[in-house]
Amino acid sequence: MVAHLLRLKLALLRNSFRRSPWQLVGVCIGGLYGLGMVVFAVSGTALLADADVALANTILVCAVSLITLGWAIVPLVAFGVDLTLDPARFTTFTISRPRLATGLLLSGFIGVPGLLTLLLLGSQFLAWRRDPLALLAALAGGVAGTLMCLALARLTTTSMARLTGSRRFRDVAGIIAIIPLILLGPIIGSAAEGIETVLDWLPRLAAVLGFTPLGVFAALPGDLAAGAFGLGAARLVLGLAYLGAVLWAWERGLHKSMENPLAPHTGSRSVGMGAFDIFPATPRGAVAARALTYWLKDPRYAASIVVVPLMPVLIWFTSTNAGNPQLMLVLGPLLGILMAFAISADVSYDSTAFSLHVLTGVRGVDDRAGRVLACAVFALPVTLLAAILPPVFLGRTDLLPAILGISLCGLLAGLGVASVASARFTYAVPLPGESPFKTPPGAGARMAVVQLATFTIMSVLLLPALGLLVAQVFTHQALFGWLALVVGVAEGAGLLVAGIRIGGRWLDARAPELMQAVAANR
Amino acid sequence: MSNSIEEPGTPALSIRSLGKRFGEKVAVNGISLDVPAGSFFGLVGPNGAGKTTTLSMATGLLRPDAGQVWLNGIDVWAEPLKAKAAMGVLADGVRLFDRLSGRQLVTYSGLLRGMDRATVVERTEDLLRVLDLEDAGAKLVVDYSAGMAKKIALATALIHSPRVLVLDEPFEAVDPVSAANIREILTDYVTHGGTVIVSSHVMDLVQRMCSHVAVIAEGNLLAAGTVDQVRGPVSLEERFVQLVGGRGNSEGLSWLHTS
Repeated sequence: MVAHLLRLKLALLRNSFRRSPWQLVGVCIGGLYGLGMVVFAVSGTALLADADVALANTILVCAVSLITLGWAIVPLVAFGVDLTLDPARFTTFTISRPRLATGLLLSGFIGVPGLLTLLLLGSQFLAWRRDPLALLAALAGGVAGTLMCLALARLTTTSMARLTGSRRFRDVAGIIAIIPLILLGPIIGSAAEGIETVLDWLPRLAAVLGFTPLGVFAALPGDLAAGAFGLGAARLVLGLAYLGAVLWAWERGLHKSMENPLAPHTGSRSVGMGAFDIFPATPRGAVAARALTYWLKDPRYAASIVVVPLMPVLIWFTSTNAGNPQLMLVLGPLLGILMAFAISADVSYDSTAFSLHVLTGVRGVDDRAGRVLACAVFALPVTLLAAILPPVFLGRTDLLPAILGISLCGLLAGLGVASVASARFTYAVPLPGESPFKTPPGAGARMAVVQLATFTIMSVLLLPALGLLVAQVFTHQALFGWLALVVGVAEGAGLLVAGIRIGGRWLDARAPELMQAVAANR
Repeated sequence: MSNSIEEPGTPALSIRSLGKRFGEKVAVNGISLDVPAGSFFGLVGPNGAGKTTTLSMATGLLRPDAGQVWLNGIDVWAEPLKAKAAMGVLADGVRLFDRLSGRQLVTYSGLLRGMDRATVVERTEDLLRVLDLEDAGAKLVVDYSAGMAKKIALATALIHSPRVLVLDEPFEAVDPVSAANIREILTDYVTHGGTVIVSSHVMDLVQRMCSHVAVIAEGNLLAAGTVDQVRGPVSLEERFVQLVGGRGNSEGLSWLHTS
């Protein structure tokens, strides 16, 4: 039975590649990237063999604890990381609980994250290769530690299923969870400044973690290497007890959730006509009203601009670290481009609901213009603020016209380019109702290509206004700044109109093909 | 064929040698079919027969590989906007803009078609009332049951009072009371000159409700005409099974007999 479940997982993985070869390519690239990271980490681990036992122990325990914590938390917020073998799907089969639990647990090894974790944790033995006993303990501890990761991931998802099953929770938590990830860079950056205090503090942290489920198996070889056999034995018993407890709690939760499958959660909140009362009663206005409603209600849209409020913080950290506050001046153009490109996946986000646009025969131009309008409702004020505030606070009001010109050019031209792009290309995006951060396999590589192309195009389009800014900086002639404003706005407006027209024409010609493309994304 | 002035006798929907293949598989194999104006037309066939593919090509959702489609004499693929204005479509297996409330979704559909706000508001309320969705109108479509979602999708197809209705599986997951209401609306619509094309699995329903029927299987048209012509002396279901074949031998599962 366990073997059946493993084979099922393998078959599901294989069949997902059969649908689209590009997905396989994406997974390969992602796998190679992950493998690269693993090789990097493993070579680091190997170097630890020559280091002090206590230092090696500290580093390994902290690293393994971090990985284990990740397994426990990430599936909660990036929901559906692995729902291919959702326990709820096995309710109608007569599989004994222990077997189902074992099968589900071991199936976690099949897949890129599970394998990489096994590799990473298993490689700990390299650090202990000088001591045969510690080496063996590290090997066993690595496997047990990986099991602990998988079990914890299962436990947290099962026990939180009731909470995470509600749409509201999923909508909010997914977005909030990404915020610390984005700020990770600055946090580490400022932590690096106090690296000395951290180094003092790390061994104590490792000592504590070594007695928690997170790091207990990683601390085991260190004990043996240091000759503390009694402590090692105690830790082994403790670790196995933890693993047993986690497995027991998960199995119990699994049992409970299978006896009482989740009833579909029905909301009861009533809504009015919202944006439909604000925009004019034209096809264009209707598209804008609908798109704006989605910006507010669909977490996938919110996720695409969640970086916007964090961007000033990020750049502020970077600029203070670099000792050059002038860096804040890039905020306006950057946010303008970023928000403009939020609509480049609009049709992909619609998924097959886009059929309504095809069936009603709404003109492509109206479709494009409506979506641009909805985005501009908040993108324009934000870009204006981001362009105006930094020069004012930095006392560089002389640069204000040029910065404003570049920012507006970035926003308007970006909206134009995005209008064309989303009429032609669809991406594999999270489906409506899915977690905004659930990336379909292989989407990462494609996203990177698209973003590279985007920023190449945008940097070319911004050249005239940027050139005028450079001219102003070198000649100190305010005239060039004003010219940058005029040129930027004119160029941006021109490209926006052209983008809406061209995108609209493409949409008119290719609506059925676009419809098939989003249908294939299901 | 851009003649939109309807001569008497112009079929509501006219399909000529329509074909579509997906890779190796031929989904629709050169179907030709006329749906008379004012008829209640049933399209029946087993799973995977090509019903949805045919209807998608007839309504402008899927570009055919070969063949032509005219709606009230308007070439659907040459003048899509004009043809789409004259038809209301309930597509099968597509999502709705489900973060809108039911009322917003129906309004959206009306406004997309360029209707004025007063008419849209009035008709939306009428549709919600007859489809028994008045209370649910303010709720998000994502929280609807499958049957409610079907009904709200039907409302989006009706709002512009089209000349021809193309409904793919309109009764799936709809409760019996609502189904009766929908049937009444459709019958009334046909009596007042509209044309309805429905696809369905339920032969009984088609026999009672429709005036005309077409049977397709494996992408081929097997029979078409009035219901009485097609079924002959037997019931439509029996005739359907004769045409399509593939009835298994029910003695095959002797081990399923519990006693």
